[in-house]
Amino acid sequence: MRHHRDSGSGTVVDTAVRDELRDNLRPPQWRNPEPADRYGLVVVGAGAAGLAAAREAAASGARVALVERDLLGGDRLNFGCEPSKALVRTARAYAEMRDARSYGATAPPVEVDFHAAMERVLRLRARLSRAISPRMLAAAGIDLFFGHAVFQGPDRLELDGMPLPFEKVLLATGAEPDVPDIPGLREVGYFTNETIFGIGSLPKRLLVIGGGPLGCELAQVFRRFGSSVIIVQDMPLFLPHEERDAAQILSVAFARDGIEVRLNTAVTAVRHADGEIHADLRSDDYISSVAADAVLVGTGRIPRLDDMGLDAAGVTHDPVRGVHVDPHLCSHNPAVYAAGDACMAHRFTHVAVATARMAVANALRGERQRLDELVIPWCTYTDPEIAHVGLYVREAMRDGIAISTSTIPLHAVDRAVLDGDDVGFIKLHVADGSDHILGATIVSRSAGELIGQVTQAMANGIGVRGLARVIHPYPTESSAIGEAARAWCCEHPPHD
Amino acid sequence: MGNSQLLAYTAVKVPNTTHNRAADALAAEPLDRDMPQASATSLDAASTDAASTDAMLDRCQRAAFGYFLRHRNPANGLYADTSRAGSPISIAVVGFALSAYPVAVERGWISRAEAVEHCTAALRFFRDSNQDGSPESTGYKGFYFHFLDQDAGTRVWRCELSMIDTALLIVGALMAARYFDADTPAEAELRMIADQLYRRIDWRWSQNGGDTIMQGWKPECGFLHYGWEGYSEAIVLYVLALGSPTHPIGKDCYRAWTRTYQWENLYGHGFLYAGPLFIHQFSHAWIDLRGIRDRFMREKQCDYFENSRRAVHVQRAYSCINPRGHAGYDEDCWGLSACEGPSDEIRSVDAEPRHLFGYAARGVPYGPDDGTLSPPAVLACMPFEPGLTLRAIGTMCRRHPEIVHEHGFTSGFNADLRGADGKVWVSPGLFGLDQGIIVLMLENHRSGLPWALMRGCRPIVDGLRRAGFDGGWLDATARDAGGT
Repeated sequence: MRHHRDSGSGTVVDTAVRDELRDNLRPPQWRNPEPADRYGLVVVGAGAAGLAAAREAAASGARVALVERDLLGGDRLNFGCEPSKALVRTARAYAEMRDARSYGATAPPVEVDFHAAMERVLRLRARLSRAISPRMLAAAGIDLFFGHAVFQGPDRLELDGMPLPFEKVLLATGAEPDVPDIPGLREVGYFTNETIFGIGSLPKRLLVIGGGPLGCELAQVFRRFGSSVIIVQDMPLFLPHEERDAAQILSVAFARDGIEVRLNTAVTAVRHADGEIHADLRSDDYISSVAADAVLVGTGRIPRLDDMGLDAAGVTHDPVRGVHVDPHLCSHNPAVYAAGDACMAHRFTHVAVATARMAVANALRGERQRLDELVIPWCTYTDPEIAHVGLYVREAMRDGIAISTSTIPLHAVDRAVLDGDDVGFIKLHVADGSDHILGATIVSRSAGELIGQVTQAMANGIGVRGLARVIHPYPTESSAIGEAARAWCCEHPPHD
Repeated sequence: MGNSQLLAYTAVKVPNTTHNRAADALAAEPLDRDMPQASATSLDAASTDAASTDAMLDRCQRAAFGYFLRHRNPANGLYADTSRAGSPISIAVVGFALSAYPVAVERGWISRAEAVEHCTAALRFFRDSNQDGSPESTGYKGFYFHFLDQDAGTRVWRCELSMIDTALLIVGALMAARYFDADTPAEAELRMIADQLYRRIDWRWSQNGGDTIMQGWKPECGFLHYGWEGYSEAIVLYVLALGSPTHPIGKDCYRAWTRTYQWENLYGHGFLYAGPLFIHQFSHAWIDLRGIRDRFMREKQCDYFENSRRAVHVQRAYSCINPRGHAGYDEDCWGLSACEGPSDEIRSVDAEPRHLFGYAARGVPYGPDDGTLSPPAVLACMPFEPGLTLRAIGTMCRRHPEIVHEHGFTSGFNADLRGADGKVWVSPGLFGLDQGIIVLMLENHRSGLPWALMRGCRPIVDGLRRAGFDGGWLDATARDAGGT
């Protein structure tokens, strides 16, 4: 049994909200327009990448068709960032209420209203969907089609049998959950990021399979709502791609939240018994079993490229990497480009948007922008958040780059202490023998905001000495970026 | 109970058998005089009286050595992990014990003959142990399971075949072999077995085809896939594995490991980061890392000894800031390391739940930090920062005399938790690792005997060179081409 993807019909009690969301995402009475004789760009997929590309192309004067098989907004609005961040905020509010005493405040007894939280998610989705509604897209000069686009040849694309003549195509089809092949999982039923926001009630016990960003974020959210949560992660650490210290801090935070963590542990089977779900676990030679009322699979996502006739189009691809593109985002078919989750290892909304704009510039304006010129930050929205940009130390060391790190723990930052948010750090990674910033990792409640400053410096070639000269308002957490830069400068005086 | 009574090295209830001759001799002389807490005031001034400080250190060291005499199983020559009833054998503790005997002989705490007898008994056990890797065996491929049954010497707790703990055992064997160099049948046998044990270790197997040495292996599931990234206590492991004349790992293996290092500037101190103190100490117990550098340290213009000194300053800085507000932390009360702390979730006075970690590797600045400090880890900083160490251990002892019990320093204490008598929570009993590191690091501070011995140890010298170390005494050794 697999839960259905949520399109806004599950929780809401306010029918006006539900109707607005439905009308903005996929109006029931929608009729596709008559296709133009030829489109400068046909964008397949109306998620973050597709919407950004369509708007960018239309704004530059191209005739644009946007094709969506399911709902406008894609992962970002429907199954990913936006609903999850709405829940993160509510969960944080509950955590702060419970922790009121540490702020010198008192709070009334905290009673969780899960339905109110889910209703808020839908209200916010409805509000945010206004900007991408069919009406707004039409106003931007974009021909919107709902349907299934399939290549019939290298230069022939059809929408449910109807030709869509094109000069260029951009594949922005996004990604879908990568569900592990665990015996019994499909029979028992599970939630993914595509279905969890349609959950009808708060599960008493939630088993989260996967300790990556999605699993960690939602595990914390549901725990703060009151579920008993167990995370099972087959790797020895959370967030295996992040710095160990970041994962260590998150481990402590999870312990404080009361999340049970099983690292280095695999789920070997799932079954129904006695009215509940039982999962068999194996950690090296230790075998155990846990009971749950719901299972959330957060083991990553894979590109969504099925049934599109990519082989007929001469577009090479594979299930893991997705569409194979060159540094300019062009596929093996020179008329077909790709952007976002369909071709990128970094499956983030901001990467989708950045690559969409790059693909449009290269496809329509003949520019030669390159992927390796992008400075890409990312953030996991746990509490504290974990954000990173550029190289990790291990990557630099692997590539033979001598690197030093300047660290400011947040407990040494006045504003963080004043706010009671002093768990975390700011690390700047700098190439030895220069002041070239190779990367940064930030663990903080506002890491996602803070990482932008370092990203800006890196993208504009500002070295750590330049960063050290920036004056920050006092007291702010961002001042710690300057402190980290100045600490590095003290250790590496100019004559060094 | 008065302070002096706590510290008195009174006779303990041990059978009056041959193996306890040395214990009896030690017990004959009370060691309560001038233990750190008794002389804390003078320690603050420290240092003005080098002789009394050395006498105090001698007592600390001697008391620590006493652990090995009291917790040795005469039937098989092995040493208990802790002083608690029913404790299994820890192979790492055996390694520390083997290393402590040369110190004890030099200091006159035990006769040379008895020391040789004790060391050889342990080595014989490992030589003759079951090496078939079955769940009931003692080892496999020359490695040994981490914990062994006190009597049978076979695997317990379904524990792992441990590469690092085998290294600590073997380096102890090699140190004993270096010291007991007399041309007598007894000492020749000791040297021969130590060499046999070292040569039969298949270090290359422990890579499991990968770039670095794996952390462990179990008969039930093969190699454990725990990540083992970053600076750790494993220099001694890699050096021994590189120096092996029979099954050495490749040079690239050490390079691959050091590529996981992270050089960080924390609180104004640039150093090779590792959170817990013991990481900055264990390899130093045997290897004189002063003035010799591998490629990483050459690039950073530092060495591992200086790095450990800086680690002390990072610990002090963290404890001064004391971000979690734990009782007692300050510039003279630090020491987050692998140790035992309270383990149950205990509600504090303000009813907020505390999260306590039991036996864990506590570290700065990222934790875990539950308010537990490790006095042995502080004392083991003597070679790096003697003045700061004496001040810290003196302060701890003055404030919390209960941290010394059973004739030694407790593994950990937590001043957040106090009993009705006002005494802080103290880890029950003693841990062999703690006592071993105290004996060795104090000796390195006082005389440098362990370092001197191991500077002439062929596997260590060869391993260091193959790891890319040069400079200092290592270059001089190359010229002399000495050592066995």
